[in-house]
Amino acid sequence: MSAINYSEKIPNNVDLGGDRTLQRALEQWQPNFINWWDDMGPEGTTDSDVYLRTAVSVDPQGWAQFGHVKMRDYRWGIFLNQGEADRKIHFGDHKGEAAWQDVPGEHRANLRRIIVTQGDTEPASVEQQRHLGLTAPSMYDLRNLFQINVEEGRHLWAMVYLLHKHFGRDGREEAEALLERRSGQEDNPRILQAFNEQTPDWLSFFMFTYFTDRDGKFQLCALAESSFDPLARTTKFMLTEEAHHMFVGESGISRIIQRTCAKMNELKSDDVGLLRAAGVIDLPTLQRYLNFHFSVTIDLFGADESSNAATFYSTGIKGRYEETKRDDDHMLRGQTYKVLNVVNGQLQEKEVPMLNALNEVLRDDFIKDSVGGVERWNRVIEKAGLPHRLSVPHKAFHRNIGALSGAKISPDGRVVSESEWNAKVGEWLPTAEDRAFVQSLMGRVVEPGKFANWIAPPAIGINRQPVDFEYVRFN
Amino acid sequence: MSETAELLQQHVIDPEVCIRCNTCEATCPVGAVTHDSRNYVVDADICNHCMACVPPCPTGSIDHWLPVLRSKAFTVAEQLTWDELPAPQSQVEWQGEAAAPLSSPEVNVPPRSAAQPTTNLYGPKSPISAKVVGNMQVNEAGTDNETHHIVLDFGSVPFPVLEGQSIGIIAPGLDAHGKPHHARQYSIASPRNGERAGYNNLSLTVKRVVQDHQGQPVIGVASNYLCDLKTGDTVQVIGPFGSNFLMPNHPGSHLVMICTGTGSAPMRGMTEWRRRLKASGKYEGGQLVLFFGARTQQELPYFGPLQKLPKDFIDIHFAYSRTPGQPKRYVQDAMRDASASLAELLKDPQTHFYVCGLKAMEEGVLKALQDIAVGAGMDWASMAATLKQEGRLQLETY
Repeated sequence: MSAINYSEKIPNNVDLGGDRTLQRALEQWQPNFINWWDDMGPEGTTDSDVYLRTAVSVDPQGWAQFGHVKMRDYRWGIFLNQGEADRKIHFGDHKGEAAWQDVPGEHRANLRRIIVTQGDTEPASVEQQRHLGLTAPSMYDLRNLFQINVEEGRHLWAMVYLLHKHFGRDGREEAEALLERRSGQEDNPRILQAFNEQTPDWLSFFMFTYFTDRDGKFQLCALAESSFDPLARTTKFMLTEEAHHMFVGESGISRIIQRTCAKMNELKSDDVGLLRAAGVIDLPTLQRYLNFHFSVTIDLFGADESSNAATFYSTGIKGRYEETKRDDDHMLRGQTYKVLNVVNGQLQEKEVPMLNALNEVLRDDFIKDSVGGVERWNRVIEKAGLPHRLSVPHKAFHRNIGALSGAKISPDGRVVSESEWNAKVGEWLPTAEDRAFVQSLMGRVVEPGKFANWIAPPAIGINRQPVDFEYVRFN
Repeated sequence: MSETAELLQQHVIDPEVCIRCNTCEATCPVGAVTHDSRNYVVDADICNHCMACVPPCPTGSIDHWLPVLRSKAFTVAEQLTWDELPAPQSQVEWQGEAAAPLSSPEVNVPPRSAAQPTTNLYGPKSPISAKVVGNMQVNEAGTDNETHHIVLDFGSVPFPVLEGQSIGIIAPGLDAHGKPHHARQYSIASPRNGERAGYNNLSLTVKRVVQDHQGQPVIGVASNYLCDLKTGDTVQVIGPFGSNFLMPNHPGSHLVMICTGTGSAPMRGMTEWRRRLKASGKYEGGQLVLFFGARTQQELPYFGPLQKLPKDFIDIHFAYSRTPGQPKRYVQDAMRDASASLAELLKDPQTHFYVCGLKAMEEGVLKALQDIAVGAGMDWASMAATLKQEGRLQLETY
């Protein structure tokens, strides 16, 4: 494989051609990546030409080049946002010192762990979504799925670049391991549990891209503050692409709601049985999926009290969301934050040192951001003249990590008994029957301009192309 | 935008499509984008239409432009309350300049299906007054080749025009010989039913002339007069002129438009007329292809509004000859890159070619057409003769 001209094949702004060590490392890794893509990438797509956005540089004009390409030939580039000359560390114990261009020995293990954990989610989601193409509700949606898949692939490249460039042999081994773990595989699963769950249908996919990719956004935002400058610059650029993933989720759910509301108005009914018979997804089912994905995703932020979180912050490895926009001392010593506990059958707030509660701080920022989109979904219902509303559940609902792990809390935030939980859980979380119903709607619609019955067409196409554009050419 | 601008293409974000990802705010080089917990919005006083935010937007919600009177531009506070985009205040669409020659040889014939033009209604001895109702710069402020979009209203005086025609403007005052200035001719940049549909007005695309064709400093009398006009001013107008450089009325005909700089004016008029026809359903899907050259993207008139035309309506190819760090690229280069589709269009008897811009482009454009035709096995000499005979190749260079 040494004949590959990496500078040409992989668009980059990190002088790949001029770094022999890095080039050799990537020469080893690249064929394994392609093998992984062939094995675990979107199923049955080898010959399709997909209308994809490819980044060829980090400036606004350069990173959105559109054209039909085969996914395995996608030019997975390596991009760091432009560096800021003399960037200073702006939070934690090293505040005011120069940002690190290389990994300081004492933070090596923690930084590697963070990069590996982030990197692991990227191929994991491709694996989770690999069968979805077979049940796409439209060619437009199929293209969006594939765009997400190749960009997750590019994010993997971004993390592997950091591992290869800055972590020597350990880094190369970790990069290999990223291609060896498999989502949901018992003996070698992905690191985070949410990435071992299946994405069985497009409703789950849209919920996943809305909620779980938003977790990705917040983690990336926190890492974009990092004192380790190459990590900060890499994640800043990744964020630009993450926006598309959340767009797919938010607009996907919005279009489902639009279609359901149109049917409700047509039938003049909100009867679940009638609506299901009419082939659309009823709002209570949507609410249950929302409850599930919201609660599973907020677990990803980790335990509400965490000494690791404190260490990551104080050492300058990982900041807070919008760290620079906050008016405090950016050291947080002596400050407190409220976390929730169950005490004597009641939810109670408890003040803890803020440094230890930084996971909770990021989780609360995420919740605020998530609620905004749910409000916009409600506007679709409101516009249809219907009184129904969706909402995010209480943050203590259905939690499996931290102090609230296993507590029985209703979506409206009441501590409930085991028996009430068991009696009501079918109203709060998707049941096997819900999932079977949603599954039953999943048929493949891929003629240009045609849409499955359960989803409305989008307001506009991709890159100003018409909605009935041939976004995917099956060859 | 110039200080005199009254019309503004206000950059707005569609709140129904936006997902609040913050990409635009992070990208904007001048800090024009801001947000609250509800909406992301663009401050019209800060936005310089640089378009940096458009490609990174994942949703397309950023790519909206509302024609407004500058004095009535939507404030940030107003935009923050929106649940959806408001209806446009007027019908102003994409806007630009072309100073066409008074002496353009009209030896051609118009396309067979062109509408019958009215010409020479008002001559130099009987000019009429038109009122300036808008004047805005339509390329990036601060670049060379400052170009304005000027809207003139004729009130109740009849002034029927077709796309591709031009009018004459008589600048006030006397020339170096103590005589009144002679009229300067400018191509009309608006469609036949008005810059604003249904109004007795039209628009011009005017470049402020500050040097002559050899690069010597010279202050163009009429262009500087026009660019400095304020809303409410009156100008002396003669015309309309031109009976060949006209567009086909046939709803299935194809237009291939090749222009540089202010040569875009007639192309804008034709494009906008087709766009209105399409909106009214009287359109059979003839193709529109535009090759548009300028020294740089910043100098190119109407760059922003052109960006928002749907790709299934018009196929646009830009060529920039002075982008730093890039090889010079002219319209003929863009044409050669599109030779496969142009060869198909050359074969189609419904295709009409329009070339407007500096004289220097004419030869290169015709050579490119010849090479494309020959490359596709066609006899260019007879084809060119047919195109001329049928009025399907119109040249207007100066």
